[in-house]
Amino acid sequence: MHMRPPLNDPDAKRRFVYFVLGFIILWPLLQLAQFNPLAFFERSNLEVMGNFLSQFFPPNLELGFLELILKATLETLAMATAGTALALLIAVPLGLTMTYSLSISRLGPANGHRIKRWMRSIARLLMVILRGIPEIVWALLFVRVFGLGAVAGVVAISITYGGMLAKVYAEILESSNTQVSRALLLTGSSRGSAFLYGLLPSAGQELASYTVYRWEAAVRASVVLGFVGAGGLGQLMDQSMKMLNGSEVSTILLVFLMLVLFADYLSWYVRRGLS
Amino acid sequence: MNTQPARQFCFKCFIHFAGLTLAVVGSFAYLSFNPFKFFNSESISQLALYGSRFFPPDVHTAFLGKILKATFETIAISAIATLLATVISLLFAIPAAGKYGRRAKQVTRFFFNFLRSVPELVFATILVLAVGLGPFAGTLALTLHTTGVLGRLFGEALENHPTKAYDALLLNGSNAAQAFLYGTLPGVTAQFISYALYRWEMNIRMATILGFVGAGGLGQMLYYELSLLHEPQTASIIIAMLILIVLVDFISNKLRTLQRHNQG
Repeated sequence: MHMRPPLNDPDAKRRFVYFVLGFIILWPLLQLAQFNPLAFFERSNLEVMGNFLSQFFPPNLELGFLELILKATLETLAMATAGTALALLIAVPLGLTMTYSLSISRLGPANGHRIKRWMRSIARLLMVILRGIPEIVWALLFVRVFGLGAVAGVVAISITYGGMLAKVYAEILESSNTQVSRALLLTGSSRGSAFLYGLLPSAGQELASYTVYRWEAAVRASVVLGFVGAGGLGQLMDQSMKMLNGSEVSTILLVFLMLVLFADYLSWYVRRGLS
Repeated sequence: MNTQPARQFCFKCFIHFAGLTLAVVGSFAYLSFNPFKFFNSESISQLALYGSRFFPPDVHTAFLGKILKATFETIAISAIATLLATVISLLFAIPAAGKYGRRAKQVTRFFFNFLRSVPELVFATILVLAVGLGPFAGTLALTLHTTGVLGRLFGEALENHPTKAYDALLLNGSNAAQAFLYGTLPGVTAQFISYALYRWEMNIRMATILGFVGAGGLGQMLYYELSLLHEPQTASIIIAMLILIVLVDFISNKLRTLQRHNQG
């Protein structure tokens, strides 16, 4: 006679305990986040949302508006490019100060040992602060000094991305082949030439490739920066959003998606050429 | 490694370099932003004056308590959004891995790509209209974007996972759901969890700023205090943000090294 094996989950008890424990942890979190799916179905919310979304079709394709969008798109691209360029001004010196593979004091006893170690720690702290604060916070702060517009966005991008690039530059320089630069340092070359002749030839491609990737991320970020008034497509979207103009929002959203795809493609193309 | 001798002159490099320079200079020109004129003594003293208004940060206990609550709110937003997105994308990852044919795969992939390319902040502005101001809108916005990211990753992981155990269970008479739960899922769980944790880290960072459009958390507090020109309070909130982000970064780095050690 054929016996059916028991169909019980052998681990059922443990799974049940985990599930209950998870729920106990989750409950206060749900309270904190004011989790309330019923809010979707409130009369007033449904009305506003329905009106807004129904305007998405057809997108606004008036010539005057498209011209405005073109300008904003170019501004977004320019913000990302200028921001990345300025970020390099921060990242290169900071990254070179931070990286351990150019550290002379690590080779052995040297003069001014302690000062240099302090310098490196200070550079690291600076990097953490620069990249730890999101770019949109910097943008929000700078809009109050420089006024509405792209300048605040460029400065915000350059600060946050300067910190991010510095960190990754230092990591790339540490993880690439450091023997050459070490040999150069040991035989008495300066840190600058140890970098140029020892590290850059082998790590250069990776550094450039990451920089291009950051540019792509900057394009995406600069769109969002507009929401606090820092210019570009985001500012346009924010304005249309506030006026609940769905057809304008849908056009901007479409253009934005195309812009991201374009930046994606360009960055992929350049990075493929680099490798 | 480059073993070729140094070249004398590279025309292609020259063209590339010229193009790059042109793009950068063109960008600054288009924005009419001259960085050389920008950093003059007047604007620097103006910046210093503005910066000095943020000091000293407000450290009254009552205010710190408010910050703590907003911090927990931020963490709650990110945790719930990540969890929801994990569950949703797990469900949709099965069609995205091509288990229900080509058409279903293309449709789900397109859907994931769309969700992924719309920034969280844009979702948040729309959802604030749909469910009102507050952390719930932020949670949903993060959920949507994260679903796009995780769904794609999960789908790819499922697709690449060997189907031997799944097939064996099917052949031995279990149904598809059982075969998936006991044959496929255990093999990909570790990878899924590490993806989800990585996304959670990103989401904590994102949740701190979603409040700028009214979606709760530290960001909403920051926006509010800065609108009232309460600079010292703003400074404390920014410091809290920084501590949160650095701490999360540190923990995830530690966990990652730990994992690397465990894997040998």
